[in-house]
Amino acid sequence: MNTQIEIAGVTFKNPVMTASGTFGSGMEYSEFVDLNKLGAVVTKGVANVPWPGNPTPRVTEVYGGMLNAIGLQNPGIDVFMERDIPFLKKYDTKVIVNVCGKTVEDYVEVVERLADEPAVAMLEINVSCPNVKEGAIAFGQKACALYDITDELKKHAKQPIIMKLSPNVTDIAEMAKAAEAAGADALSLINTITGMKIDIHRRRFALANKTGGMSGPAIKPIAVRMVYQASHAVKIPVIGMGGIATADDAIEFMMAGASAISVGAMNFVNPYATSEIVDGIEAYMRQYKINDLKDIIGCVE
Amino acid sequence: MKQKTKGIVLSQKEIAPDIYDMWIETSLAKEACAGQFVGVFPKDKSTLLPRPISICEIKEDKTALRLVYRIAGAGTAEFSKLCEKDTVELLGVLGNGFPLKEAEGKKVFLIGGGIGIPPMLQSAKDCDGDKQILLGYRDGQLFLKNDLEQYGTVYVATEDGSVGTKGNVMDAIAANNLKADVIFACGPMPMLRAIKKYAAEQGIKAYISLEEHMACGVGACLGCVVKTKEIDHHSHVNNARICTDGPVFDADDVEI
Repeated sequence: MNTQIEIAGVTFKNPVMTASGTFGSGMEYSEFVDLNKLGAVVTKGVANVPWPGNPTPRVTEVYGGMLNAIGLQNPGIDVFMERDIPFLKKYDTKVIVNVCGKTVEDYVEVVERLADEPAVAMLEINVSCPNVKEGAIAFGQKACALYDITDELKKHAKQPIIMKLSPNVTDIAEMAKAAEAAGADALSLINTITGMKIDIHRRRFALANKTGGMSGPAIKPIAVRMVYQASHAVKIPVIGMGGIATADDAIEFMMAGASAISVGAMNFVNPYATSEIVDGIEAYMRQYKINDLKDIIGCVE
Repeated sequence: MKQKTKGIVLSQKEIAPDIYDMWIETSLAKEACAGQFVGVFPKDKSTLLPRPISICEIKEDKTALRLVYRIAGAGTAEFSKLCEKDTVELLGVLGNGFPLKEAEGKKVFLIGGGIGIPPMLQSAKDCDGDKQILLGYRDGQLFLKNDLEQYGTVYVATEDGSVGTKGNVMDAIAANNLKADVIFACGPMPMLRAIKKYAAEQGIKAYISLEEHMACGVGACLGCVVKTKEIDHHSHVNNARICTDGPVFDADDVEI
């Protein structure tokens, strides 16, 4: 039984990854999950300098999910290289670093700093965070802007790059094609969906940022649809995410066209979710006598 | 070691309007200490996230936790319906707890305001100082007052003046001419701000337990931060995580 997946020349022991921003750099959840068991740890977004993030409240629950407006608080690349990379090196899992920035130069700086770090297998470029005012999402909502930043980063990156796409667009296939045309090695989607919640008793927005990114099981059908559309529009591999809670969800994303999947908000609900999904996928393969997991990728036409 | 685990409800009763008192048998009690909290999961799948609830009391034999909480929304409303023998999923134990050793042999204020009163019970049990316990309530519904009286001298303040000093816990300190060398407190933000100011004026230490909307409860999501005077050790941006670096902070260290 083969659960190995290959993306842009990188082999993952299984398709189960962590969605950026929900798993730190793995330290906090290593108390719950054996990180060696995961296909990859995708880190919290890291910028060239520390970012303080948004004011609180930063998180609120909504029906079947949550909104967050953390604002990419992170310690910057220096601390990340000194602390987080050595921590992750101890484990037999692939490391994908999520890179964020306010300008193209910010992204380039982080990409170049990581270029000679062999422990980093891939870079995921965050051009889709809805919670920061400058940069990020601005690069991810117009196909031409997405093309330009992808093209520029490909000139500097030594590792393969994954462009993380926003669902807050009219045509996800157009965005997927733009990233592919500019040389992206893979895509990941969906980032969170912009939402809003109002506290009717206090007559206030639930989040200090007013809007936040929605995640959780309630967004899963939207994510499955977008993964299907994006993966059928391009030839490069797609990493699917959005409300995945169980192995059944993971398999659904793979059948829609995802080569791998990430678990996000559900880590907060079930800190063992990633590990259980690895086991659940194997159980599904035994049940349906699937020898190679790759065979189910995009199997529903 | 933190874990998500099933607990069994031993008992539950309403001890004041919308305030519930629940004992849960759980292995988490083994490692729990005063001032820590647990995440309690609702069963309704439309409500996903763990509700952070402070530990009110730890059973002597370390097999059960007492949670006293107020109904604040759908999750806590669901918890209030739990009966003896029902199971409930818990994440814990979370947070750092009160540094009660700081109070050994000293005069101490243990201050609780409203739904910040519950964690002061285990704190009072475990604290070795000369204990003056200040409790702030809205009205004459004096939940946990009898429990706390076993462990120190209790002074009550009520907003409506129906019992004790009319006003808040700071008014009760002034009215009774009380003094302390160290403070442990949990309660609403205006109360904690007043305590921070008071402790600075008196030149004494105050350890305050903070609250914020949380998602993960384990320090990963960075949802529940508080501004700090010094650069924090995790993100290096003067934002400490209340769930893991707290919930108890030296009042000097946080900008509230």
